[in-house]
Amino acid sequence: MATTTLSRSKRREQDRRSAIKQAKRNAWAYAFISPFYLLYAVFGLFPLLYGLWLSMHKWDGISKMQWVGAANYVKLLTDDIWWKAIYNTIWLFFAATVPQLIIALLLAFIINTRYVRGKDFFRAAFFAPQVASAVAISLIFSSLLGERYGLLNYALGWIGLGPIDWLGSAAWIKPSIAMVTIWQWTGYSMIIFLAGLQSINPELYEAARVDGARTRDIFQHITMPLLRPVIVFQVILSIIGAMQNFDIPVMLTVGGTQASAPGGTDRSGLTALVLIYWTAFKYTNFGYGAAMAVGLFILIVLFSYMYNRFQGRNLTE
Amino acid sequence: MATTTQGGGFAVKSKSRVSQRDRLASPAGMALLYIILLGAALLASFPFYYTLVTSTHRTSAILSIPPPIWFGGDLVQNYTDLLAALPFWNALFNSFAISTIHTVLVLFFCSLAGYGFAKFTFPGREPLFAFLLATLMVPGAIGIIPLFIVMRNLGWIDTWNPLIIPGVANAFGIFWMRQYISSAIPADMMDAARIDGAHEFRIYWNIIVPVIVPALAALAILTFMGKWNEFQFPLLILKDEAKYTLPVALSTLKSLKGTELGVQILGATGAILPILTVFVLASRQFMSGLTAGAVKGG
Repeated sequence: MATTTLSRSKRREQDRRSAIKQAKRNAWAYAFISPFYLLYAVFGLFPLLYGLWLSMHKWDGISKMQWVGAANYVKLLTDDIWWKAIYNTIWLFFAATVPQLIIALLLAFIINTRYVRGKDFFRAAFFAPQVASAVAISLIFSSLLGERYGLLNYALGWIGLGPIDWLGSAAWIKPSIAMVTIWQWTGYSMIIFLAGLQSINPELYEAARVDGARTRDIFQHITMPLLRPVIVFQVILSIIGAMQNFDIPVMLTVGGTQASAPGGTDRSGLTALVLIYWTAFKYTNFGYGAAMAVGLFILIVLFSYMYNRFQGRNLTE
Repeated sequence: MATTTQGGGFAVKSKSRVSQRDRLASPAGMALLYIILLGAALLASFPFYYTLVTSTHRTSAILSIPPPIWFGGDLVQNYTDLLAALPFWNALFNSFAISTIHTVLVLFFCSLAGYGFAKFTFPGREPLFAFLLATLMVPGAIGIIPLFIVMRNLGWIDTWNPLIIPGVANAFGIFWMRQYISSAIPADMMDAARIDGAHEFRIYWNIIVPVIVPALAALAILTFMGKWNEFQFPLLILKDEAKYTLPVALSTLKSLKGTELGVQILGATGAILPILTVFVLASRQFMSGLTAGAVKGG
């Protein structure tokens, strides 16, 4: 009897001690993770909410803010330049991001087949464009795509085509931006897809082959379903990235960062984020720029949602 | 154990059977695969070659027909002109300093938080981590206007702070480190140290950090690269030419009327070459680190 009481109180003492230990350990853990939440509150979350507030004001950034309610949004709905920028951004998504993802997926499949030698070389070669800065790349391609003396037009001349005014004409500036974007980003997406492919257990393939499955069946019923989460992840991040397209469009279009009206001839290379940047920081129309940013945010959410619906249907087919 | 051996035996047997049936393994199929791969590799690397070549020519040579595809003799002249057009070495130093400081801080704060999420069970861990992941999906650039105002109110315009500080504990880095730490470090490693009475930060510093070097290295290269190439935000924040990073300094070349093409391209080479060299030297380790990390993350 005595011994049980003793052990019980002892155990209680032990519990108390381990509870203190646990609390101390928790305190350490909270300290370890807290920098992210503090920084995000100040530099991430607050700006987003403050942006909503800004979007309902007229403000040049210096004088007193002036409440205008929904006026900025009403103006946005009928702003031709805004819709042009949205059109260009979506156009570039379909002409640059979609092909980029498809080519990346194709290259990842090829590199992942076991017959291919020199995987390290190909991986590095495809990834290399991702290492270079968009500004430097744009300078290089500005020269490569020059109308009269660019190397690409010279090569096209050999097969009797061109010359094409890649960067100066309204018709060709978007394809040019798309081309450079594909060049820069394909290797990155490929690495992500390749990582996903390599995480698939090879025994699954072997088992399927033993059962007599053809390569196409294996692809359709093993590779694609298992790779799908990686593809979804990369597509959503690519949508978010494409909608915020800035560096290459600015640097390839006429005038660059010094352009008084960005986007080149007929504003054909104007993307949404470029317009937001110019509206706020060059035309000092902070409230209207913030309203555009909210509009772009809604567009990104809409696109991600539609993709989710689209691929969700595919998944259950 | 026995089943594993049996499975392995099957695999070996099946391999020879399969390769006969697999059309991709035929000579024609293989040729097709290599043509695609080599063609893509050529497309990916040709602009780099062109860059090196063009930075050794003057505009008159670049704009002649046919355009030069081999090195010329005007590198020194272009270099002199580049230094006259912009403070190249100063911008290079700025980029290097900002990227290095930022990267070191990222490695510290992200591995610390990653360790916190991977090896501690505290109340609220799941929702806090879900929130962190959700922020990855929030497009940051749309907050650029209010963020600029935050920086202005902090008195940080035209300083390096906005480029160095906000991202030091970022969601991607923390996620990356957490994935690695939770799979690479067994729990008893920390328990042993705890019994010895070491406090948690000591355990992180002395025991965790040495083991996670591969993940840190991959994150370091990714972070450094991203910061080195960052353009929009420094363009907005930096006003004084002496504080410009390399991409911002280079962007002014585009608008300078009459800048020699070769000079512009040489500037681009100067921005690309250092980081490309590091990438080529470390590409094997970096790539395997990247794929391994992504696999664990995927």
